[in-house]
Amino acid sequence: MDYKDIIAGYTNKPGGLIEAFHAINREMGYVPVEAVAEAAKVFRVPASEAYGVVTFYSMFTVAPRGKNVIRICESAPCHVAGAAEVVTELERELSIKMGENTSDGKFALEFTECVGQCQATPVITINGKPFTDVSPAKIRSILAEFK
Amino acid sequence: MAKEMRIVLRNYGKINPFKIDDYLAQGGYESLKKARSMDREVLIDEVKKSNLRGRGGAGFNCGQKWSFACRAQADDKFVVCNADEGEPGTYKDRLIMENDPHSLLEGMAICGYAIGARKGYIYCRGEYPFLVDTLNSAIQQAKDRGIFEDFDVEVRSGAGAYVCGEETALIESIEGKRGEPRFKPPYPPAEGLWQKPTIVNNVETFANIPVILEKGAAWYAAIGVPSYPGTKVFTLTGDVNNKTFFEVPTNTTIREVVFQLGGGIAGGKRFKAVQIGGTSGAFIPESQLDTPVGFDNMSAIGATLGSGAVFVLDETRDIVDITTRIAKFFEHESCGKCTPCREGTARIHELMEKVNSGRGNQRDVALLQKLGRVMSTACLCGLGQAAPAPVLTTIQHFSADYQAKFV
Repeated sequence: MDYKDIIAGYTNKPGGLIEAFHAINREMGYVPVEAVAEAAKVFRVPASEAYGVVTFYSMFTVAPRGKNVIRICESAPCHVAGAAEVVTELERELSIKMGENTSDGKFALEFTECVGQCQATPVITINGKPFTDVSPAKIRSILAEFK
Repeated sequence: MAKEMRIVLRNYGKINPFKIDDYLAQGGYESLKKARSMDREVLIDEVKKSNLRGRGGAGFNCGQKWSFACRAQADDKFVVCNADEGEPGTYKDRLIMENDPHSLLEGMAICGYAIGARKGYIYCRGEYPFLVDTLNSAIQQAKDRGIFEDFDVEVRSGAGAYVCGEETALIESIEGKRGEPRFKPPYPPAEGLWQKPTIVNNVETFANIPVILEKGAAWYAAIGVPSYPGTKVFTLTGDVNNKTFFEVPTNTTIREVVFQLGGGIAGGKRFKAVQIGGTSGAFIPESQLDTPVGFDNMSAIGATLGSGAVFVLDETRDIVDITTRIAKFFEHESCGKCTPCREGTARIHELMEKVNSGRGNQRDVALLQKLGRVMSTACLCGLGQAAPAPVLTTIQHFSADYQAKFV
């Protein structure tokens, strides 16, 4: 679906700009600057304001990123449970650093703060789906599902 | 022996959250019926008398808040549920929404009737995309049964901004803007969403409402400590044996939460500290563990109840390193609107990194204390005001750990 069609679906929703960005993000994996400009027109706000909104929220990015977004929680409960080792293993397994994308466009590695699954730390999410009690040894089988 | 008492989690594991009939079979939506048969003032008075105080962290009297919005004259009013639980170590609102969405919706509908609002919003954090379906399914089922009458609820998703847990930042976000807190006053009950009178309550607060109406204000007010009656849901993380959740009356002590319900420290190690209320909470030493978890009891020891996150550290933990991690969190989450927070969180993080890496000295610690004091009064919203708390309380209670970092 084209981003113009997606945005059009939210035109009548008061304050629907963020919901529209969510929908574009779900469809494309990111929110291209052209879509931000289009949304600004549709929601009748200055382009600078729409850009300010999209860049304010950590789940949105205006740069293309890997299809499967892996986010690693680095908040205190995950920090003490060994999140750093999980990070090292993910970087090793995907041969990229945190904040980068794999060259085949399949994966993106991002830090996140608490994702609210603290009953079984450390936690990562892939495309919003939580994986709990993650250890370096589990990384390969978790990723296999998305390869 | 501390015992669990389930009010907001009363239906946990007992009902299918996707079947409204399960909720109805437990007496669900009877309180909404009862509320609608009552005069608005009498209804709000009942909530006031229960002395229910907000479960999101600020602890404001719920009924009193409602009365402000009820009295406000406006063509439109709104009920907003703050489901943006972003305090690290907290997942209580998720438990309620995931397992018993209707108790939240019933609480919101009762509030809608009380203040004269026809529309409600649930602002659900972006990290819980799977809950949007649960909530929408529950809303649709309640609508299909005609239960809401002229009340409607819409779910909006956050997008990963901790500051949106602050109620005016949350309102800005629903309006489709950057989640930056507003100057107050006016407070939301006077001027909130789209400048209309708005009640913003936490998920846990709303989930209490149906039970208060069912069993009466006097029943509720008699549970736990009188100044903050009822129960509180705690989520336990860190070096504790039972990394799980508990709902307990508010006269339960911290020691009971950690050592009885929590089963004590994992691996046979000794207790070092506990941070309650989330990442913005104070670190509490062993000597203060006999404090009841009630809001004012916690304030009296310079701590907060906050969201009810309980983060336990054993004797082997490097508390300065953990506090440095927390300082990074606040630098990242500061929205940048006010200078004391934007600059302060960055400088705190910088100083903590310096101390943690062994390059610091006593002057840096003194500077951290001074900066922390300034921020706790000068910052615009609760984020900046609370951000120095972990630093200040670890310096206060664990100064030896800081000393040990100096070369």
